[in-house]
Amino acid sequence: MTQSEFINIVTPFKDKVFRLAKRLLVSTEEAEDATQEVLIKLWKNKKKIKEYNNIEAFSMTMTKNFCFDKLKSKQAQNLKIVHSNYQDHNVALQKQVELNDSLDWIGKIMEDLPEQQKMVVQLRDIEQYDFKEIAKMLDMNETAVRVTLSRARKTIREKLTKTHNYGVK
Amino acid sequence: MLNNIEHLLEKYENGETSLKEEAQLKNYFSQETVAPHLEMYKPMFQYFIVNKKEQFTKDISLLEVNATKKKFNFKWLSIAAVAVLMLSIFVFNPTQSQEDLITEADRADYENAKAALALVSQHLNKATAQVSYLKVINTAGTQVDYLKEINDPMGRIFNNN
Repeated sequence: MTQSEFINIVTPFKDKVFRLAKRLLVSTEEAEDATQEVLIKLWKNKKKIKEYNNIEAFSMTMTKNFCFDKLKSKQAQNLKIVHSNYQDHNVALQKQVELNDSLDWIGKIMEDLPEQQKMVVQLRDIEQYDFKEIAKMLDMNETAVRVTLSRARKTIREKLTKTHNYGVK
Repeated sequence: MLNNIEHLLEKYENGETSLKEEAQLKNYFSQETVAPHLEMYKPMFQYFIVNKKEQFTKDISLLEVNATKKKFNFKWLSIAAVAVLMLSIFVFNPTQSQEDLITEADRADYENAKAALALVSQHLNKATAQVSYLKVINTAGTQVDYLKEINDPMGRIFNNN
């Protein structure tokens, strides 16, 4: 397989890999590195690529695992910066109001979701995969995917209702 | 229509909507005006639509494969180097090679030297035996020790009293 052939295979879903990585790692640079890394791993295993019947799903699983490893090592190194540590509470509240209408606020809410829920929302509501595919990518069963998704959607809606009411008042 | 959307939202929250129904919801919420009590859902669905548009803009470089390959080779190279080093120690073992170099002539020289040294040590032993009577001088020395008491006649006088 030549490089251009490989890139043709990878191009349709490389953005999805990037977006999933960004959902988990938050920073754009880290997500870019992760995407690059996943693609390189795929390229290394190019001989086996034909054996996988669904390269896209396989790549998404790889991305998930890669990002989890990244997050774990980050936690181990204790490099996580918790913004609320040094933020004035009043300022944070003001910001909330400012963000109220914007999409950034949804991003914030998504950031606070547990990893599993983040991924399910990402794969379903943004990437529009069907449940069967998501279940395969995340190594869960379909019911578990639905339950996780429902929990995430409810959390998002609750937070939205709260800020919406706050804005109205 | 509104009824339908509300019904869909409920299904949506329970994770029971199909992709088609979710597309319908997205469609509805990307309108300019939505029912006021559903306003809060608008940014959420917009967020989903906008986020799908984000792209991986960096060039895919597969060159790094070579870099990692090089690293891999380097690792094996060091392992090979260690193996060669250890092998060389076994092959050119100095103790073994010395044994190999001993010839018959060397062996004869060795025997001669051994005999000569044995002779020397024999004579030396004899000599030390002869010199050993010098020990007697030491005993004589102790016998002469009592002469010290002459230096202390007063002590003797008091002792007798």
